[in-house]
Amino acid sequence: MNTSNNMLLKVENLQVVYKARRETVYAVNGVSLSLKKGETLGLVGETGAGKTTTAYAILRVLPDRTAKVVNGTIEFEGKNLLEVPENLMRHGIRGEKIAIIFQDPMSALNPIMKVGDQIAEALKFHNKEELSPEKIEEQVDRTLELVGIQKERKYDFPHQLSGGMKQRVVIAIALVCEPVLIIADEPTTALDVTIQAQVLAMIDELREKLGTAMILITHDLGIVAQMCDNVAIMYAGEIIEIGSVEEIYSGKMQHPYTTGLFGSLPDLEKKTDRLYPIEGLMPDPTDLPTGCKFNPRCPRCMDICREVQPGFSVEGTHRVACHLYGGGTGRETDE
Amino acid sequence: MSEKKKPILVVNNLKKYFRTKKGLLHAVDDVSFTIDEGRTLGVVGESGCGKSTLGKTILRLTEPTGGEVFLEGEDIVSMNEKQLRKTRLKMQMIFQDPYSSIDPRMSVAQIISDPLKVNRLCGSRKEIDDRVDRMMDVVGLAPRLRDSYPHELDGGRRQRIGIARALALDPKFIICDEPVSALDVSIQAQIINILMDLKEEKGLTYIFITHDLSVVKHISDEIAVMYLGQCVEKASSDELFSQPLHPYTKALLAAIPVPNLSKRHARPTVIRGEVGNPIDPAPGCRFAPRCDFATEKCVGRNPELREVANGHFVACLLHNGEM
Amino acid sequence: MFMGKKSSRSMSPLQETIYRFSQNKVSLIGLAVVILLLLVIIFGEFVTPFENGVKQNIRIRLQGPSAEHWFGTDAYGRDIFTRVLHGTKYTMMIAFPATFIAEVIGIILGACAAFYSRWFDNILMRVLDVFQAIPGQLLALAVVAALGGSIFNLVIAMLIARIPASVRTARSIMISLVGQEYIDAARSYGSRDYHLIFRHVIPNSLGAMIVSMTINLSAITLQVSSMSYIGLGVSPPTPEWGALLSEAREFIITAPHMIIFPGIAILLTALSFNLVGDGLRDALDPRLRD
Ligand SMILES: Nc1ncnc2c1ncn2[C@@H]1O[C@H](COP(=O)(O)OP(=O)(O)OP(=O)(O)O)[C@@H](O)[C@H]1O
Ligand SMILES: Nc1ncnc2c1ncn2[C@@H]1O[C@H](COP(=O)(O)OP(=O)(O)OP(=O)(O)O)[C@@H](O)[C@H]1O
Ligand code: SF4
Ligand code: SF4
Ligand SMILES: [Mg+2]
Ligand SMILES: [Mg+2]
Repeated sequence: MNTSNNMLLKVENLQVVYKARRETVYAVNGVSLSLKKGETLGLVGETGAGKTTTAYAILRVLPDRTAKVVNGTIEFEGKNLLEVPENLMRHGIRGEKIAIIFQDPMSALNPIMKVGDQIAEALKFHNKEELSPEKIEEQVDRTLELVGIQKERKYDFPHQLSGGMKQRVVIAIALVCEPVLIIADEPTTALDVTIQAQVLAMIDELREKLGTAMILITHDLGIVAQMCDNVAIMYAGEIIEIGSVEEIYSGKMQHPYTTGLFGSLPDLEKKTDRLYPIEGLMPDPTDLPTGCKFNPRCPRCMDICREVQPGFSVEGTHRVACHLYGGGTGRETDE
Repeated sequence: MSEKKKPILVVNNLKKYFRTKKGLLHAVDDVSFTIDEGRTLGVVGESGCGKSTLGKTILRLTEPTGGEVFLEGEDIVSMNEKQLRKTRLKMQMIFQDPYSSIDPRMSVAQIISDPLKVNRLCGSRKEIDDRVDRMMDVVGLAPRLRDSYPHELDGGRRQRIGIARALALDPKFIICDEPVSALDVSIQAQIINILMDLKEEKGLTYIFITHDLSVVKHISDEIAVMYLGQCVEKASSDELFSQPLHPYTKALLAAIPVPNLSKRHARPTVIRGEVGNPIDPAPGCRFAPRCDFATEKCVGRNPELREVANGHFVACLLHNGEM
Repeated sequence: MFMGKKSSRSMSPLQETIYRFSQNKVSLIGLAVVILLLLVIIFGEFVTPFENGVKQNIRIRLQGPSAEHWFGTDAYGRDIFTRVLHGTKYTMMIAFPATFIAEVIGIILGACAAFYSRWFDNILMRVLDVFQAIPGQLLALAVVAALGGSIFNLVIAMLIARIPASVRTARSIMISLVGQEYIDAARSYGSRDYHLIFRHVIPNSLGAMIVSMTINLSAITLQVSSMSYIGLGVSPPTPEWGALLSEAREFIITAPHMIIFPGIAILLTALSFNLVGDGLRDALDPRLRD
């Protein structure tokens, strides 16, 4: 249906489970999303929703012993990434065409290696043509400055940098090879607003310059409003609402979970004594509720919600999986 | 000024410099403030501006380079190990990262009871167990999680463990170092509610470090804004948001991403110029290289933190009447 | 990571590691061989008395494997099975203490470097750099050449050859641990240094240290054997494995069993330690943790 020319990534019906001891964790349950060149998709959801797992599945960096992609296709530049041999993945796609900014900066950095060397290493690993040491040095300096760290600090070890600086080094490593798709797993969670603004502006700029597309994983609805073209809201391994930012933020045909997310935010305009978090917690992914997975926490839950899993109700590009809006018919029947 | 205020923490000219290969890194440079009992001071500022270091130096987890810290009139800086350990019973810290701040080899009950054990505060096992149960209840951890290990829990629950551990010693004063930054919005709201309830019930005093300005406004009575190791503005929370004076504070407030589309397409506000260098800074306003209002007067001499309105302090020549 | 609905099924990290290790068949085989080796060291005398391995009997020299002499006999008619079996003891007598002491020294120096002053760390690193510039093998050779080849001297030689690596490993493990916020947290609620070291740092580093220990064991087994082989280890009458190989050199064509069986023993031992090490590493890797 799309002129597949500018289609960059198309994930269809992705299902990932973790086999943990004798249990099966249903982490991602039928996620479909697509991304055009240069587009930014916000992937929003509570902890444990399966955002990172989705990202890891795309990059094929899931822990191979426990995790298993049960179903689905991941089409990137026309290739199904799930079938690409590992060495091609490593030398041409991962880190080069698709870069990831990991959630936890500390575990992404080597604690006993100078940060400059770590950036240089990423550069050397992914560059086909030999770069002279001076060239590498120069690019390391440039990249560091791009993320707002003085180049003299390349001689520092990770523990000598503040939390935010470490995160920026991780971002620098991801950017140094100028990828076509960046998967940013909560890239600015550890950063303050000004640096966040700077980093986001920098990612934005790079995106414009190179046409880089991005999947931005976050739980900050403010960032999404600023950065993204489209938004997918995830809950318990499913996308429960997806659409353009305008559609999601308009509040029309809003999923009760999305409403809850907006409601949890402290309001800058007025001072309240209490915040209103969504009651309860994400369901146990080894034992998901039947029907709508949000039903145990949903303030508007109806009888049908406990039995029948809602399908998408569609309005333009906006899709919502909730019985309040009809709940479609079957699930995941595109076209 | 109806009720009588009692200062619980007084910080005078606190300094912490780190020796690095390139020179002295001024992580915290001459910071002074006072917190009254039962109040919350929010500390905001750019990443790397020294907020965590400030917290750690107050607790003397890192040795201050200079200055004084009085907790209920006692000088923490000049204490010896033994006195310090005793004083630390009264002040605790909740850490930034719920993943690295709890020992992965200990169970939930062991983590919460460790402060009691190392200080030999409880006589019997039973007493310790009771206390652990109570703490878990206070922070909303289900009793069945007693023997779970951290890796089995999500960030929100881990942070609750961190809070329970800090509360175990029944402190009066808690430094919360970005306790909710790593959590998602809904859990964040739950944790903030817990902290607010505790404050109410136990009359706790907080220093609440964060870079999330919407959270800090919600929780703080007063807010201090830090820039490159220095406190550049301090005012009551409402005043700071309605009447920001320092150019940096203004930029900070403008950069808050708002969760609606009003600011979309307006390019995110970026403070121009590079983040300053905390290593051997030249005298003068540290924000000057990035400040739109900077004049030559701003360079060469440190602007003092002066009270410009009731309870509103700012360190900027524009507002100090010196320009 | 998830919702912990299972208090009854909670496992401590140790139990979890054991469970995960037990799921790994190959490493279990390795472990079985290691246990067998230990049993042989303890009960070897009951299987075949040491006497059989030193008693010379020229009439039956260089015989191939038979029902009576499972691994055949050597140039002096000694039973190779007995010699290999008892050789375990000598090789392990060198490998175990050397590894263990190297590891302990590693932990202590590593903890000091990570925990205390910068200058200590700096000096330590420079010294290690110097040592690391010389290959361990050469260092060990030099020590034995200077002191002579007894078991005790071999332990010393192995120690000197191995300490730099184990200090380095320990230091990097400890440094990454000391940077963790839970150390700061423990200090903030009043833990003393020994609390920090014994309750937090060492328990958390132990897993990784054990892994490095098994890998060291394997390396030392090979190294000891190769030194004895070139005649710089334990001297010939002692049935150390490398020495057995050395004796077999002249008969490599005429009596290949002489070289095959000690060779297999050495390889099997080194391999098993390695397998156990690999299994432990996987079992301890938090990224694979479920
Ligand atoms: N290695 C693993 N083994 C078993 N279960 C796992 C593993 N990694 C993740 N899970 C589980 O899979 C589910 C999805 O996890 P995932 O990390 O993708 O969530 P997320 O949306 O990224 O959350 P967060 O915001 O906390 O990063 C969770 O319930 C999690 O507990
Ligand atoms: N042990 C150390 N040695 C040298 N420099 C350090 C050390 N710890 C912190 N610093 C430096 O001190 C400055 C302040 O760091 P700090 O961690 O206090 O920042 P922060 O305000 O908490 O930042 P964030 O919001 O990113 O956590 C930074 O420039 C940092 O690099
Ligand atoms: S389907 Fe029912 S339970 Fe699910 S979100 Fe909609 S109203 Fe709530
Ligand atoms: S003192 Fe000068 S440079 Fe500094 S903030 Fe004020 S006007 Fe700007
Ligand atoms: Mg994640
Ligand atoms: Mg900090």
